[in-house]
Amino acid sequence: MRVYEVMFIVAPNTEADVIDSLVTQLSDVATHQGARVTNVHRMGLRRLAYPIQKFNEAHYIVLTIEGSGAEIAEIERRMRVVDAIIRYLTIRIDEDLKRADKLKKQRVARAAASGGHARSRRGASSGGNAPYVESNDDEEDE
Amino acid sequence: MSSDQRRDDKGQGNRRFVRVRKSCKFCSDKVDYIDYKDTKTIGSYVPERGKILPRRISGTCSPHQRMLAEAIKRARNAALLPFATD
Repeated sequence: MRVYEVMFIVAPNTEADVIDSLVTQLSDVATHQGARVTNVHRMGLRRLAYPIQKFNEAHYIVLTIEGSGAEIAEIERRMRVVDAIIRYLTIRIDEDLKRADKLKKQRVARAAASGGHARSRRGASSGGNAPYVESNDDEEDE
Repeated sequence: MSSDQRRDDKGQGNRRFVRVRKSCKFCSDKVDYIDYKDTKTIGSYVPERGKILPRRISGTCSPHQRMLAEAIKRARNAALLPFATD
């Protein structure tokens, strides 16, 4: 199972319902091929850092897709055909997320180890260490 | 008063630069993944000209600089950040 982030940029003169239909259309393509659209993130109308096709702003939409990878080719082909989509970018994020997860686990383990070490050395005074680690975790999740 | 004088003497004699150790902001914030859509964070590592701020200036650690570079390059393709500005 691979996780992809498909970002596509829609021309600013496109109407809202056309954008909605594009989103559903592309999601349908993915689901038809057995993939799952886990998240649709509309970043809204944003200024472009440089003009694309003489547009200075555009709508940004990000789809998070879980699938085999075969559906990405079809989605990209569809996006290439639609004139309203002026740019698209697909990235695979499952490996990055896995690595991030690993790093986080390592950090938590290290914090726990050093907390335990400090407790054994300093005794009761470092009792405040464990809650500190936990509060850190909460921040990460937000 | 006497302590002030001593400091002055030191300043005139052998001037020493105390370099403040730069630290990786991503490490202190415990960032594991740098998202290319997060232009607020990434943008601070892209100066006026649009180039990627080098490690020796920002103090970013090697793994995070690699992630950052990747994120900036992706953001450029998505027109979230400029390729170059004059």
